Amino acid sequence: MLYALKIAGRYLTASKAQTGLLVMGVAVGVFIFIFMSALIGGLAELILSRTVGDIAHVSIQAEPEDPALLLTGTPLLVQQKSTTAAANLPTATNFVPLIESLPGVRAVSPQISGSGFITHGAQVAQVSINGLMPGRESAITNLDSYVVDGTARLGAGSILIGKRLAEDLNLLLGQSVRLSSTKGIETALTVTGIYQIGAGGLDRRTAYISLGTARTLFAMPQGLTRVEIKLNDLYAADAIAPQITDLTGLTAKSWTVDGAQFLEALSAQAKTGVLLKSFALITIVIGVASALLLSTYRRRPEIGIMRAMGASQRFVVLVFVLQGALIGLMGGLLGAAMGYAALLPFPAGGQFRTGSLPIDIRQGSYGLAIALTLLGAILASIWPARAAAKVDPVEAIGQ
Amino acid sequence: MSALVVVQDLVKTFGAGLTETPVLRGLNLTLQAGELSALLGPSGSGKSTLLTILGTLMQPTSGAHQMLGQDLVRATDSARTAFRNQHIGFVFQFHNLLPDFTALENVIFPAAVRAGRETGVARARGMDLLTRMGLQDRIHFPTAHLSGGQKQRVAVARALMNRPELVLADEPTGNLDRASASQVMQLIAQINKDEGTTFLISTHDEKIAALCARQLVVVDGQVEG
Repeated sequence: MLYALKIAGRYLTASKAQTGLLVMGVAVGVFIFIFMSALIGGLAELILSRTVGDIAHVSIQAEPEDPALLLTGTPLLVQQKSTTAAANLPTATNFVPLIESLPGVRAVSPQISGSGFITHGAQVAQVSINGLMPGRESAITNLDSYVVDGTARLGAGSILIGKRLAEDLNLLLGQSVRLSSTKGIETALTVTGIYQIGAGGLDRRTAYISLGTARTLFAMPQGLTRVEIKLNDLYAADAIAPQITDLTGLTAKSWTVDGAQFLEALSAQAKTGVLLKSFALITIVIGVASALLLSTYRRRPEIGIMRAMGASQRFVVLVFVLQGALIGLMGGLLGAAMGYAALLPFPAGGQFRTGSLPIDIRQGSYGLAIALTLLGAILASIWPARAAAKVDPVEAIGQ
Repeated sequence: MSALVVVQDLVKTFGAGLTETPVLRGLNLTLQAGELSALLGPSGSGKSTLLTILGTLMQPTSGAHQMLGQDLVRATDSARTAFRNQHIGFVFQFHNLLPDFTALENVIFPAAVRAGRETGVARARGMDLLTRMGLQDRIHFPTAHLSGGQKQRVAVARALMNRPELVLADEPTGNLDRASASQVMQLIAQINKDEGTTFLISTHDEKIAALCARQLVVVDGQVEG
């Protein structure tokens, strides 16, 4: 093994220009592999953070109760099922600390939600009202990062509205509005923050108030309408949701229940990534195989001499496989270094700049790229190595 | 002296059908241990084919070939390779050294490939052999920097590296000037005398043949002498 390694190394250093070109070719393939990994990984992270990143991974929400019968006996007259007043989860508050203590749970947001109207002067707009617990305003949707004026902190008497709504109602920070719920309760609030998520519907139709204000507004002295839970790993939602259901007796729903299409899109994107990276790998394998095949052809007389001197076929195979492995290792390391250097200018940690490529340097798959290149180069060298081992020494020496 | 190599009814035919060409036709030969023999014969007589078969690089079409009591016709390729490495040395007309290696690295190749590494013992033996060949100042020279005569002496040293019982030399001086040829032959004769190594030297040169104790002539695919 050691001696075969020495010969393999000597063959590589004997023709430095050719080896350099070959290693560079492999390195470019690895560079593409790493760049694609970082780009596809970053893109997936961007999509996730822009979509699933701002929603609850698991949510507990009571279904509205069945409509009441207005006439007994044959139910010919019923009350219409409410679409504006959310049902109450009377015991949910008690379970919040328990849910928070579960492994994999990053944040829990107890909420009281409903519909209402916001009035400023003579202008009125219908809004969806979200009552959030102060201190947990950014537990699910990162409101802090979307606030363009004021603060995301909510207190008694404060309201956070979207930029579109502020424009529609000619509202500025610090101005007062009146907010009335579908329960017919009205309260005066001060705009303490204006946010801009970028989704027109949200920016125009959703207002955030403190949980206490929401209790008053919706006449809910106790209980919650909804509990939103964020996980460390969003893909763990399907496993954690049933745990929460078992623990609390409340129906916990994973985001994937309503996100099948999104999951399919993510899966398709991941498959595309694998395909592109496979092409890069195939290029490397073909490059190494063809270069080594050329090398074995060029070195046929030497192989004949080695065989005549008592080198076994296995030894010859080992020499050329090690040559392939060295090329793969050098190309892999060089390509990984080139890839890392090229990705350095991009911000780390998924902090993507608007308008720039969504590249995540952490997702370069450097180790995988090197390992696959090494493996690919070894596999690519087996065929030329076996061909070399089969060289007839008499014929080869006679060349 | 005891019989080192025994060949009986050796037949080698190349091609088949209309292109079938018999080269060796029932050849018989015995080489005694320690012999210095010359193998003569016109071009195409089968000298090189005989050396190749004796060196286990080629299998005969039929016949028996034994060396050191081992049946080399029935041996597997890997067994023949190991046998060749341990017991047979080669010197070719065109030195056939590994071009990317130094003189010493070429010499110790047969030992290193056997051990799987370059041992200190092998290096010492290689340096000793090169010194005996008069190449003590060329030990670490790349072979590309050596003259034709020097390369052939390196090839002789390489053939002797594993202390083989038999060295087969195919026109070892055929590509050298008179002085270099004489120097190589003197070295071969000296080693034959000092170490008792058996040499079979294929040559067209009557003067070279005259230096050998035994002359064998290949005629019509058979050996005379």
